Parts: sequence; structure tokens; C-alpha cells
Amino acid sequence: MVDLIKLTIDGKPVAVPPGTLLIDAAKQMGIEVPSFCYYPGLSLQGACRMCLVAIEKMPKLQTACTTVVGNGMVVHTETPEVANARKAMLEFLLTNHPLDCPVCDKGGECELQDAVFRYGAAETRFLETKQHEEEKKFSSLVYYDRPRCILCYRCIRVCDEGMDVNAYGIGFRGAHSEIIPNRGEHLECEECGACIDICPVGALTSGTYRYKTRPWEVTYTGTVCNHCGDGCKTTLSVRNNVVIRANNRDHSGVNGEFLCVKGRFGWDFVNSEQRLTSPLIRKNGKQEEASWEEALAHTAERLQAVLAQHGPGAVAVIGSNRTTNEENYLLQRFARSVLGTNNLDHHRTADFSSLVRALTEAGAADRHATIEEIGAASSILVIGNDPTHQHPLIAYQVRQAVRQHGARLYVVNAGEIKLRRQASQYLQVSPRGEAEAVRALAGQVTASQDLCTGEAEALPTFAQALTKESDTVVIFGDEIQGQGVGDLVRWGLTLSGRTRFVALGDYANSRGAADMGLFPDTLPGYQPLSSEAARQQFESAWGSNLPTTSGRNLRSILEGIRAGEIKALLVFGANPVRTFKLEKAAFAGLQFLFVAELFRTETAEFADIVVPATSFAEKSGTMTNTCGQVQALKRTMRKAGTRSDLEILLALARLFGQKWPYQSSEDVLREIIALVPGYGIPLPGLLVGHAVATRPEGAPPPLERPDLVFSSRDSLFTSGTLSRYSWALNSVDEAKKPYGHAF
Amino acid sequence: MRGNPLEVKILTRRFGLPNSASIDVYLANEGYQALKKALAIKPDDVINEVKKSALRGRGGAGFNAGMKWGFVPKQANKPKYVVCNADESEPGTCKDRVLMEYDPHQLLEGIVIAGYAIQSHQGYIYIRGEYRYLMEIVDHAIAEAYARGYLGKNILGSGFDFDLCTHSGAGAYECGEETALLNSLEGLRGYPRVKPPFPAVIGLYGCPTIINNVETLSNVPHIVLQGGDWYAKLGTPNNGGTRLFCLSGHIERPGIYELPMGFPLGRMIEEVGGGVWRGKRLKCVIPGGSSCPVLTAEEIDVPMDFDSLTKIGSMLGSGGVVVLDEDTCMVKAAWRIMKFYAHESCG
Ligand SMILES: Cc1cc2nc3c(=O)[nH]c(=O)nc-3n(C[C@H](O)[C@H](O)[C@H](O)COP(=O)(O)O)c2cc1C
Ligand code: SF4
Ligand code: SF4
Ligand code: SF4
Ligand code: FES
Repeated sequence: MVDLIKLTIDGKPVAVPPGTLLIDAAKQMGIEVPSFCYYPGLSLQGACRMCLVAIEKMPKLQTACTTVVGNGMVVHTETPEVANARKAMLEFLLTNHPLDCPVCDKGGECELQDAVFRYGAAETRFLETKQHEEEKKFSSLVYYDRPRCILCYRCIRVCDEGMDVNAYGIGFRGAHSEIIPNRGEHLECEECGACIDICPVGALTSGTYRYKTRPWEVTYTGTVCNHCGDGCKTTLSVRNNVVIRANNRDHSGVNGEFLCVKGRFGWDFVNSEQRLTSPLIRKNGKQEEASWEEALAHTAERLQAVLAQHGPGAVAVIGSNRTTNEENYLLQRFARSVLGTNNLDHHRTADFSSLVRALTEAGAADRHATIEEIGAASSILVIGNDPTHQHPLIAYQVRQAVRQHGARLYVVNAGEIKLRRQASQYLQVSPRGEAEAVRALAGQVTASQDLCTGEAEALPTFAQALTKESDTVVIFGDEIQGQGVGDLVRWGLTLSGRTRFVALGDYANSRGAADMGLFPDTLPGYQPLSSEAARQQFESAWGSNLPTTSGRNLRSILEGIRAGEIKALLVFGANPVRTFKLEKAAFAGLQFLFVAELFRTETAEFADIVVPATSFAEKSGTMTNTCGQVQALKRTMRKAGTRSDLEILLALARLFGQKWPYQSSEDVLREIIALVPGYGIPLPGLLVGHAVATRPEGAPPPLERPDLVFSSRDSLFTSGTLSRYSWALNSVDEAKKPYGHAF
Repeated sequence: MRGNPLEVKILTRRFGLPNSASIDVYLANEGYQALKKALAIKPDDVINEVKKSALRGRGGAGFNAGMKWGFVPKQANKPKYVVCNADESEPGTCKDRVLMEYDPHQLLEGIVIAGYAIQSHQGYIYIRGEYRYLMEIVDHAIAEAYARGYLGKNILGSGFDFDLCTHSGAGAYECGEETALLNSLEGLRGYPRVKPPFPAVIGLYGCPTIINNVETLSNVPHIVLQGGDWYAKLGTPNNGGTRLFCLSGHIERPGIYELPMGFPLGRMIEEVGGGVWRGKRLKCVIPGGSSCPVLTAEEIDVPMDFDSLTKIGSMLGSGGVVVLDEDTCMVKAAWRIMKFYAHESCG
């Protein structure tokens, strides 16, 4: 235990750990020292001089943001001299400021406005003409208004230290200084918008939000991003049923204030004009608008006809990576207990089953790392994947671990992924060589000659360095699957300390889809279908028998359709035509195709019935991120004409004569908590917005075939089918093509 | 250079010699003797001698040079650097310029000794952008020193290596501030860093670094050769040696004069500078470059050393003494100086 430093601030004694900055010590006591350039987590700048305080025995006022506490220090944060200095600083800051608060995006949530309000600098002694500069468009998402900029350097630092992009610098000097982007007049960067968010004033504004509203005229709802599997908490700002902004200014959730470009801007598919708002029924070869009642009744009839004629083996269901746990849970219940089939799967983007299986076998079912644990890890091993693009939050957490407390990062990858810049050891392997590298690291095989493209000693050096680590977090992509996951887990657990694992799945609820048992051979909670006990548990809860034989997996479903063995297919929130690059002929053998979708996707185009589903912004429920942390999705708005998959499934079940006992997604969640192993989570924390870790345990069957698990390898600016309907993502993706994403 | 009998010529003693910048003239006049002497004693002893001399930084802040060197960690597994601040851009200051122009080897010798004292092997001279012609003179001197073995590997057979090169500023006042200078030297924007950490611990490229002014370093050979005590006695307590004062403004004989530390300001104006020009009365004096608070005519009895000026609320600064006569409009003068700082502000 280190001795605390004792000092006095505004007459009150306080004791804080050595090294604490004065500004933070004051904050702990509830004294807010105004600041612009100081930002927790970023390096110190000492640029704005707003935080000046009086320290006894010091000749001049000192900056509280750079002064470290000392024993016996006597500090005054609100003397007349201090107030005067702050007022003068504000007067300076306003010399060239346009004071266009009435139209500025930041008006109402501007730190400069607040400070002027507090210290008053209404009169000015500067009568010179203000220097005006035209606003600059740095990218379709980032605009810069020089006259409003107070040169606090936050944007520069967050981009460099937070994003490792370093897209900004300052050009010119004195009152002419301005923020200059890396390409001179435009940005070539990750477009995360962190700089906009962190800007204390309205100098950096957002392409999707600017000049649309005043901040007090919108409603704010905390929910979860719907793109990658990391599960960032986000607050959507909605005005007149249109989402106009996303940020996480309250720093809550697993991500603090981090959001990547997809989370901060890529929600705009929700507002897309191309959203479906009416069910479509194919009549005489053409999809025509119809009522919900007609569409659902028609669906039930057609399904019942196929079941009567061909039996449940001729029906198949494909679920989603982005719908809620409750919807996925009901979907598998519908497939199994209503349709009577186990022909049920989803696009698996990571082999979560093998991870649970391997950990359970090793008696280490609790070794799943959370997002927070990645950020706090002392050593991290990343095998395969390109987290910067596919898992921006995890990449951020890894960088923070390295930057904030010197974690060592080990990277095994075939590509020169950006995270290698933080790596203390980087093992470049031949394409798809990650699984072999794992076996070689584990000492099962000697590495083949061409595995390591670098020097011969690379692998042993790498393995050697890892043995010196403890409590390592091991993160792996789809390159490691099936047997490979077992190899990795067994070897990983031999490293010292508490090794923990993360499998990287592509989308917002990829993990939840697996957890909820969207598998032909696995029940919710990774219980093998073959387990009588597991089956019985659900049978008695649902009061119906479940089919006992394994169904068809996704590849086999597609093959069955081609072979004419599958006659009816239901697709909820998935686009297999695109994911599996199917031709129209592939569906020729189907008698009935039902699709629940936001858009008329390639798969929806082939459908006999398309129903317009609600997006993540329009429904409630829970999502499980790739680390297995459950978070609550909260409805932020309504979209006329749409229904959630939950409502659709309840309606279909009713049409099949079932009496399901659920009124809301919360009812379903209660059942999940009660029945799904690993999901016995406390509800209150979840409801107030916490991320609650699950602890799945089970012995799901081994992976049947390797082509079932594959990542879509989205870039930072793509997100499967959804991103095609995002103006924001498309606009930056297009703009960057000529540069080959060279940030 | 105009002389004055009151001057005590130490740094400027070779200035009058023909070809004073050449290494031969330097060697013929005790040049590089101090280096030889320093290399024969322990690095710490060099630092102690400098501490004893009460040599204070001539760049403006007047920090004790020996103490500054003492802050450099002895055990560091990083390189260490010596940086000479030749950015001289404080209005009213023009002494570093003549030191480099007339006696560059004196400076080089001081830098190598400083390098030896802190066990650094690389030095840089950061020269103000507008001093382009000085770059040539200093570069030529460096080449001469390399050719004669006063720079480079195994200097004078001592086993000590030291390399030195010049770097040109781009013409920004702010780059004279030591940490802005380091940024500029690293190729970054010339913007000051947050202190602490101080450069002695984390300086150039994150390595321990000492930064000293041209005049400060030019004093070092004399201290080593004649001893710290001798040097300290030239000035007032805690203010060792002499100082190059740059007398300018409304004065009869403007110029650079080397006078002992603590020389009274009034006498400097009257006896060295020949008094206020055109028989006018004195209005005020800027004692050490334009960033120092102005002294009124009543305050000029002050001895020109760091502590005395601090005591009366001003600064000795960089030694630029600007004399203003009774007709000066102070508002206009202040406005002019402010224009300079507004233009040079780093933002
Ligand atoms: C705005 C500013 C400008 C400065 N300009 C110079 C300069 O031109 N030359 C110089 O030697 N020191 C200058 N200094 C002082 C340096 O920061 C530093 O104190 C000095 O180089 C240290 O050397 P010394 O201890 O030998 O004086 C300046 C300081 C400030 C704050
Ligand atoms: S949007 Fe671009 S410039 Fe701004 S912080 Fe993100 S990466 Fe940096
Ligand atoms: S643009 Fe905003 S964040 Fe960046 S320096 Fe200006 S005021 Fe600060
Ligand atoms: S990192 Fe993933 S979850 Fe977070 S904002 Fe980006 S896409 Fe959304
Ligand atoms: S907050 Fe301290 S200087 Fe800006």
C-alpha cells in the first residue's frame, strides 16, 4: 500500500494516491475545475489554460491538469484571481469565435458555452474584425469549422492515441493555427467520428447530424450497436422517428465512449427509403403488397400444406446473426416444436460451439474473457482475423491495454494486419496457416518450412516469449475452428495463470444465435440434441415433443433445396443468396420461400412471401456479444408497417394453434434465464444497461464440416447486407477505394 | 565591434584577432586546451567544476548549468544528447550570433566538454533559420574539428566519441523554447511540451538531453581551464562570470559588451553605452529582451544579475538591454511588442 498524498483543496483536506493530477483530485471532492484540453485517458496538453488554480507558495497560477499533487499543497480553485484568469482566457478564446451558437450543432451541449455561462465573458475588449474561414469538408462524415475551433488538441490526440490513426495535425501559427487532415484537404482515416464526439465545441461536426436539430429536441435511448459482434453500447438520438445521431457520451457499457464508424454512423440503414413497410405476396410471379393478416395466414397455410404432403423433413429454417436472443430462441422453438424439424441453422461466423465444448471438457468453462478484461489484460494473443476492421472495439481494447498499461500483444496472422503495430511479437504465417501455427506452438507438430514467412527462429521465439506471460487473453478468428479450437484451448490452458478466450464472430448477435441453439444438432445453451435430459427439459416446458434426430445444417439445407428434398424454407434476417453466392436456380426446387427482412434483399427477391421486419432501433430484447456478454436492446422509435420477428413468430405460432405464454420479449427472456444453461443472469443489472457475462457449459457435437464456419471478412465500412443500405458507410467506402484503406 | 575599457573580455577575447573563426587561430590561442584537460578528469568532476562556477543559463531563465547537467540520469540505457540552443530570437538579443561568427570553436569545445560531462555521444546545434550565413561558419568549424580529431571517434586518444551537427530552424520564435525546439528538431511542430518531465530526463526522442544556450556553452572551456572558483568570482554571488550585454535602442553607443555579472544598469547606460542619445532623458529600460518587464528610470541602479532583477520584479533574460528615451510612446511600444508575440504565438 502506497502512502496517500495529503493536501487541501478549497479548505477541505483530501488524500489521494501519489501521481494524481490536481484536476482529478478536485474532481474526486466534487469540485469541477473547468478544462478544455484536459481529457482523461489522453496525454496532457496544457494548451487551453482554463484550469488555472492558485497554489499557495507558487508565484503564478498553475494548470491543475498538469500539476501533480504534493504533500501539504494548499490549493484554491475559486479565488477572484482565478475567476479573473478564466474570464480572460474565455475572452481570448472568443476573440475569433463566431458566436453562432443559435445555429451551431453544439449549442446546448458545448463546453465553451457552459464555461462562458459560468464565468461570464460577455463583454470583450477586442474590437478587431474576426478572422473568418469557410467551413471545410474533411470527409462525408467529418466537417471542420475553423473559427469555432479552440485548439484544444483533443481531436489530434484521440485520433493518434485512441485510434492509432493520427490523421490530424495543426498547421500555421498563432491565431491562424488550424486543424489539418492527413491528406491536406481531406481525411484518409477510419472515420470513427471520435474526433467529432470529443470536440468540446462545434468545430468538428458530423455529416449525418449537422444542422438537423437542437440537442434538446431529440429523445435519447441507450441501446446496442447492431453491426459487429463486439456489442458497443450506444445512445441513439431520435427526432420525429428518424435516428440522427449515435454516441456514447455517458461512457457506459463495455465500450466507454468508443464507437467505430459503423456504430457512430452506420445505423442510418434504419432510416433508409428502401425499408420494407408492407408484406409482399407473390401473385402470378410478381411480388405484390398485401396485408399482414393475409401474408401470415398464407404462410401458415403453405407451410401446413408442405408438412402434410412431405413431412417436417422437407421444411427448413435459417436464422439471423442480428436478431435478439428472444427471437432466436422462439425461432428454434417454432422450428422444433411447431414445425417439428431440426433443419435449423444460421451463418456461423465463429466456432463458438467448439470453444464451449473444449472449455467444458477441460473443466474451464469460466474462461471466457469479457471486453473489459481484454482492455485490462497484461498479455493478449490474437490469432487470425483483422480486428481493426472486423472487431473495432476489441482492436481498441487491445490498443488501450498496450498503451495504458504496457500489455504485451502477440499476433499470429497471415496478413500484415494493423494491430501488428502494437505487437511486441508478430508471427506472420502463410495464408490460412494460423491453425498449423497453433499446433506448432502447442508442440504437436513441427512447423512446415513455409509456415513462417519470416525467419526460421520466429516461431520458437514467439512460443518462448508467451511462456513468460500469465493471465493471457487469447482471441481467435474463424481460422481456428473444429479440432483447431480444441488444440488452442488445451495449449492455452497450459500457459501460466488464468488464460481466457474469445472467439470472434461477425455480427451483433452471432454469439446469441449460437447460444440460443440455432443449430441442427444443438439445443439452446450448447446442449446436444442427443441428450435426452436436455430435450426433456424443453419438452416439458413447452408441452410438446421435439424431433430427436439431428437436422440438416446450412450447407445441407442448401443442398437439400437443390436436390428437391427441402420444399419450404423460412429465412429470418439472413441473406443466404448473397452469403453463399447462390443463383436463382438454386431455389428452383422450393415450393415455398418465406423471408422476414428489412429490405428487399437478393433472398427476399426470390421469396413467395416477404414480411417487413423491425430493425434493432425499433424493438427491445437482448443481444449477446462475441465475448458472451448479454446487453439489453431498447426500442427507440417505431416504424409503421413493420413487426418484429418476435411478433411474427408469436402470430405464426397462433396460426398453428399454439398457445405460447409470451406477451413480450421480457417473458421470453425469463424463460431463457430459467432454461438455458449459462444464462442464469440477474435481470436488474441487464435492465439498467449493464453487460452481463454468461457462462455457457456443454458438450455440443463436434463441427460436422469446415465450410460451415466462415467469417464474411467485413471491412470497417461494410457490415454484410445491411451496410449496403447505409448512406454513411457507402459514402466513406467509396471515397477510400482509390487509397486502398491506407490509414 | 566597439570596445570599452570597462569590459572584461573572456568570451570575446579572441574576437579582434584576424581570422578568429579558424581552428588554427583558435589553437594558437589556448584552443581545445580545456577539452584536453576535461578528458583527463572524471565526467562528474567536470560537472562539479561547472556547478562551482555558478554559471547560469544565458538563454533567459538563468538556471544553474551545472545543476541542470547533474539531473541527467547517470545510468540510462538510452542515448543522451547535448543540444545547443542557437535560435536567438528574443527581440533585442544578438550575442549568440557574434559568438558563432567570431569564435565558433569556443562553442564547439564547450559542447564536446558538456557531452563528456554527461556521457553523451551526439550533439546538435539548433540555429535560428534567419542565421543562414552562420550555418556555413559553424559547419565549416565542425568540419575542421573533425579533421583535427576534436570531434568524432576517440577524441584526443581518450576513447571518448562525440558527433556534432547543425540543424536549421525555420524561423519561429517559439522554437527557442527548449521543448518546442526539441519537437522541431524531431521534425514535429514547434510547440512546447508539458513539463515535467524535463528534458534532462525525457528530452530529444524521449532520451535524456541537456539544452543550453550558445553563450552558456561558450563559457565552459574557460571554466574548465581556469577553474570554477575563478569564474564565480568574476560575478556576484550565485551569478558567476561575465555576460554579453546587447545594448540597443536610444543610446549613443549601441553594441555588444562583455561585462561582469552584476554590473549596474545605470553605469552600463552611461559609462559603457555613452548615455541616452541626443542628450535626452531616459524613460525606461527593457533589461533582458522584450519579454522582460520594463524598468523605469528610477530603477536603474540595479546590479545586472539574475537574482537582483528578479528581486525588483523583472528578469535578466537574454541580455538584450533596450533603452527608451523620454519621447517614446509606451503604448505604441507595448503595441509593437505585442504584435511580435501575437505573430509568433504558437496557438
Ligand atoms: C518563448 C521562449 C523563447 C525562448 N527562446 C530562446 C532562444 O532563442 N535562445 C535560447 O537560448 N533560449 C531561449 N529560451 C530559453 C530556453 O527555453 C531554455 O531555457 C534555454 O535554452 C536553456 O539554456 P540555458 O540554461 O543555457 O539558458 C526561450 C524560452 C522561451 C519560453
Ligand atoms: S474520424 Fe478519422 S480523424 Fe476522426 S478520430 Fe476517427 S480516425 Fe481520426
Ligand atoms: S477541432 Fe475541436 S477537438 Fe479539435 S482542436 Fe479544435 S476545438 Fe479541439
Ligand atoms: S465496434 Fe462493433 S459494436 Fe462497436 S460500434 Fe463498431 S460495429 Fe458497433
Ligand atoms: S485543461 Fe489544463 S491547460 Fe487545458
